[in-house]
Amino acid sequence: MKEYLSPLAANLKPSGIRKFFDLAATMEDIISLGVGEPDFATPWVMRESAIFSLEQGQTMYTSNAGLLELRRELSKYMAKNQGLQYNPDTELLITVGASEAVDLAMRALIVPGNGVLIPDPSYVAYAGCAAIAGADIHYVPLRAEHDFRLQVDDLQLAYTPNCKVLVLSYPNNPTGAIMTRDELLPIARFASENDLIVITDEIYSDLTYEGTHTPFATLPYMKNRTLHVSGFSKAYAMTGWRIGYVAGHPDLILAMTRIHQYTIMCAPIMAQIAALEGLKAGDSAKKEMLLEYDRRRRILVNGFREMGLTCFEPLGAFYVFPDITATGLRSDEFAEQLIKEEKVAVVPGTAFGPAGEGHIRCSYAYSTQQLLEALSRISRFVKKRI
Amino acid sequence: MLSQEDRSLLYILSQDCRLTPEELSIQTGLTPEYVNKKIKQWEKDKVIVKYGLLINYEQLEEDRVTALIDVKVLPQRGHGYDKIAQRFQKFPEIKSVYLMSGDFDLCLVVEGHNMHEIAQFVSDKLSPSELIETTSTRFILRRYKQDGMEFHGEEEGPKRLMITP
Ligand SMILES: Cc1ncc(COP(=O)(O)O)c(C=O)c1O
Repeated sequence: MKEYLSPLAANLKPSGIRKFFDLAATMEDIISLGVGEPDFATPWVMRESAIFSLEQGQTMYTSNAGLLELRRELSKYMAKNQGLQYNPDTELLITVGASEAVDLAMRALIVPGNGVLIPDPSYVAYAGCAAIAGADIHYVPLRAEHDFRLQVDDLQLAYTPNCKVLVLSYPNNPTGAIMTRDELLPIARFASENDLIVITDEIYSDLTYEGTHTPFATLPYMKNRTLHVSGFSKAYAMTGWRIGYVAGHPDLILAMTRIHQYTIMCAPIMAQIAALEGLKAGDSAKKEMLLEYDRRRRILVNGFREMGLTCFEPLGAFYVFPDITATGLRSDEFAEQLIKEEKVAVVPGTAFGPAGEGHIRCSYAYSTQQLLEALSRISRFVKKRI
Repeated sequence: MLSQEDRSLLYILSQDCRLTPEELSIQTGLTPEYVNKKIKQWEKDKVIVKYGLLINYEQLEEDRVTALIDVKVLPQRGHGYDKIAQRFQKFPEIKSVYLMSGDFDLCLVVEGHNMHEIAQFVSDKLSPSELIETTSTRFILRRYKQDGMEFHGEEEGPKRLMITP
């Protein structure tokens, strides 16, 4: 039936993690550090509020943009915690995860052939959604020597005048890197000079372990050219609920809401209710998870360094991204041999783009026992090779 | 006020007090010397009072019962409740003593091997005291959660996928 497919669908590449997913699925007793989601269940206050809402029969559609009460609370939350000012009536859209928000943003902005600047390595959906929208993708390498912080020089090299959109995502998946306000300022200047719209995916912003997170939209003159994408999946451990949001200029949000209205209608109401409860009462549960991640982060970084691998200190999200070139293996060889020999699943850096070569992504959304066991197995594996 | 670092150290220690200063140092980013010094200080200041163990005796099928005994006392002039509370706290059978708001004054947590033993203790040691007006004894029948730990947790749900982006 392939001949029936549109070239766009036919040419869409499988996600780079697919191969390891299939390999891991065939084996038993695997310890996986390959998961991009929290190991915690959603905080009970939030689950409980959703259960109660179901008992009350709150099972209907909501307005396309999402429950007004949720948008209001979110607007307050963003103002109070992040210094972001968005009008809940016109500048916020509740989506089915940050994933949908990225897709909507690309569809609303891209004319086929427009260039989209995408950091490499980065979360797999950006290039996927850009491709679906017909964009011309320009990868901008993130470099280990800069701790994977985006550099204007590299942007300049990747830029051509057809570029319309820049994707940013800090704290970053897969590297765990963050960028400070001072480091973001030149990027903002570059966006202004080249009239770029910036889609910034800040879904890990609450998982920042040092300093405070700077939302890109708070930089001078950036609010109008920024689509601020985020969600509840990570900090509130809500991956399966499918709920996120996007904030931006009313014209852009309106256009995105139109697409959303035909393709999705609205985000699930129970997820919206649980998210609302999270904003009101989820803070302490969120902080507790943060403490736990911070401790695990240090265990992993220390573990990799003790093996003799270079591992830069990730200050956000829940990933470490050690350099495995000392083993003489490529990323995918390392990951494949490791799972076969020691039954530990990690994701090769190249799953997130060619510049991920030489690295593996390990998640620390696991118990400390699991992390320590995984580290001892990886250490045995690495010792044989360096 | 605790600093962020100290709070994190205390939190990690409260989750697992068997961690060595070296392990605590890795997990907090503080130096082992600092960790050592801080813990010694907390021990000295009685911030850390004891390193505990949480045992689920039900798993051992051991006979062990716990009762919450609410006590209404006749406060002594000039001493408030302290004097009598201090007397209660000497009994090894009494594991905890709390001054409470509400209808009763003190709440005692008493442990024994069986109900009879506790009943005996109440009638021998507590009730005869001229300082006690009334008591109300309630036995714990089942422990669902204690010290933040669920004893009868949820069934293990569906697993996370092995690898996700
Ligand atoms: C950077 C990044 N953005 C977005 C997502 C997807 O988020 P959501 O569950 O809100 O769709 C992920 C999930 O792994 C992610 O790592």
